[in-house]
Amino acid sequence: MFTACIVYKKFAHVYESEIAGEQAMTARTMYEKVWDQHVVKEMPDGLTVLYIDAHLVHEVTSPQAFEGLRTAGRKLRRPDLTYATMDHNVPTTDRSIPMTDEIARLQVDMLSRNCEEFGVPLYDLDSPRNGIVHVIGPELGITQPGLTMVCGDSHTSTHGAFGALAFGIGTSEVEHVMATQCLLQKRSRTFEIRVDGVLSEGVTAKDIILNIIRRTGTAGGTGAVIEYTGSTIRGLSMDERMTICNMSIELGARAGLIAPDDTTFEYLAGREFVPEGAAFDRAVEGWRKLATDDEAEYDERLGLNADEIVPQVSWGTNPGMVTDVTGVVPDPGGMDSENDRRAAEKALSYMALEPNTSITDIEIDRVFIGSCTNSRLSDLQAAADVIKGRRVSPRVTALVVPGSHAVKRQAEAEGLDRVFKEAGFEWREAGCSMCLGMNPDILQPGERCASTSNRNFEGRQGRNGRTHLVSPAMAAAAAVAGHFVDVRNW
Amino acid sequence: MPEPFTTHTGLVAPLDQINVDTDQIIPKQFLKRIERTGFGQFLFYDWRFTGDGSPDPGFVLNEGRYRDATILVTGDNFGCGSSREHAPWALQDYGFRVIIAPSFADIFYNNCFKNGLLPVVLDADTVRRMLADAAEQHRYTVSVDLEEQVVSEPRGASHRFEVDPFRKNFILNGLDEIGWTLQYEDDIAAYERTQRTG
Ligand code: SF4
Repeated sequence: MFTACIVYKKFAHVYESEIAGEQAMTARTMYEKVWDQHVVKEMPDGLTVLYIDAHLVHEVTSPQAFEGLRTAGRKLRRPDLTYATMDHNVPTTDRSIPMTDEIARLQVDMLSRNCEEFGVPLYDLDSPRNGIVHVIGPELGITQPGLTMVCGDSHTSTHGAFGALAFGIGTSEVEHVMATQCLLQKRSRTFEIRVDGVLSEGVTAKDIILNIIRRTGTAGGTGAVIEYTGSTIRGLSMDERMTICNMSIELGARAGLIAPDDTTFEYLAGREFVPEGAAFDRAVEGWRKLATDDEAEYDERLGLNADEIVPQVSWGTNPGMVTDVTGVVPDPGGMDSENDRRAAEKALSYMALEPNTSITDIEIDRVFIGSCTNSRLSDLQAAADVIKGRRVSPRVTALVVPGSHAVKRQAEAEGLDRVFKEAGFEWREAGCSMCLGMNPDILQPGERCASTSNRNFEGRQGRNGRTHLVSPAMAAAAAVAGHFVDVRNW
Repeated sequence: MPEPFTTHTGLVAPLDQINVDTDQIIPKQFLKRIERTGFGQFLFYDWRFTGDGSPDPGFVLNEGRYRDATILVTGDNFGCGSSREHAPWALQDYGFRVIIAPSFADIFYNNCFKNGLLPVVLDADTVRRMLADAAEQHRYTVSVDLEEQVVSEPRGASHRFEVDPFRKNFILNGLDEIGWTLQYEDDIAAYERTQRTG
């Protein structure tokens, strides 16, 4: 396959250049290695024309970019390195019924027309490969170690779980990549977040990343590319690593990275866009060299002990406003910084929460299991384990939205759909759904939701809706109990 | 191509909040348009309008005295959240030319430059004072000179700000970034040949 061939050649080059000792002299971080490999042209001030290996496209941030190309009479340079899906505003109910939202339908149709005109492969609603852009990229093997990847979507950071340098861009840059297959960039600072220790039963990757954002705040990673290291990270599955990298943007980082290892290679082997046979082995050899050199230095570091992390629940209106499930809603009065105090007061008023309320006393109305953070098969398995043989609380409406058609098919093959339906969950078609509520899946004003997604901003899931970010297991337990519970005692 | 930005003098509106995210700047229900224009009417929609669609008198931009504000002063980490360029489109379409804050989120900051909207980083104390002055003074107006990288206040104080030279050059001259990169088309082609001949 063409793509496989590209990858093979690409990594053959890495291999050869290292043998030649070209860059072996200075110790480099993984970020620096991937960066160096993609420099087309570097200006004296550091401004770099950086080559992009894979460009993922979805319906919301692309129409103006395609239109820009047309207006300027420009071609899309590499349709073969561009991949499109529809996910953000697609309905998750029966796909055979036409979309009722006219404007959303126009956007979806526009993507079809644009992809046809510019020759971009499109995984549309009928495609078995369709799904949330950050779920299908890895699933199809488009996402690979050492690649540069972009998408007009901030959660592109997800793909860093494979050691790809992946970041979100705006629509003007989408057009830039379409026209040139490059971006104008300057190097970012590097930030190591090291997690060591053993996670207790019931504590997940979602709890790790929420705990990290709680410490750094939502701007702690601004301007940085984060590399997650340490024994805990090494022990995570690819699904879990994706959950961590996915939320790198929630601490403001440009991208998140995890060094590829055997877990990565096992995941990739046999996927559609991944090279096979000897070519795969050669690629793996190159991929192994991507890890940060021992002597390389990061600009900033943070260390965490996984043993200390318990299930996390957000109480406010940004993903840094998080506490332990065993804790209470904080009292803004006790906060040192004036900015924090005012932000917390505003958040509590929006969330209709009183300071010092036990987290486990907070009652919920809705549960959403889905989004590119937590909608992969293992997420659904974790949730299903918790609810098996139980019923959703009568006060709760609960929704499961698989991240892709493939996830849905696999889950159904395992009978997870039955577990969810028997417990009283709605089992839906793939899409972004209530993660951002561009489709009809939204919270009603005042409704409180336990959500496995990544953003609890005001109105994110629906105007005046109240979002609490949690792991899939925590969301499932809350669905049954009607309020938050510590899933470790489940 | 972005509108060039050289100097701008305008009325300041204070939005005294930190971490204003892109879901607030332009809520998702307005991202379905396929044009770049017409987003101003939806700017800060959930704050500007109440549930029934009438203007919320409590929101600062609804105060008559800020009606022709073209400079927004706000708190840390403005524009955090999504990559939606609809956020700068909405701010600009509404009439803003400059956003002043102690810090911005990366993608938003970057997106502004592509659209002739200038994000200016000033130190937190200066911003705090400007927020107060914009709230207390009648028609508090400042001037922004991009060439000199200076914000000047009415009482004569001026503040230098940093801006990346390449971004400055592009927005100052309204240059087409794509056209600029395409000058290096031979290098791109050479890169493609050596790195991925397959
Ligand atoms: S699931 Fe949510 S965060 Fe992920 S791409 Fe869709 S809307 Fe964005």
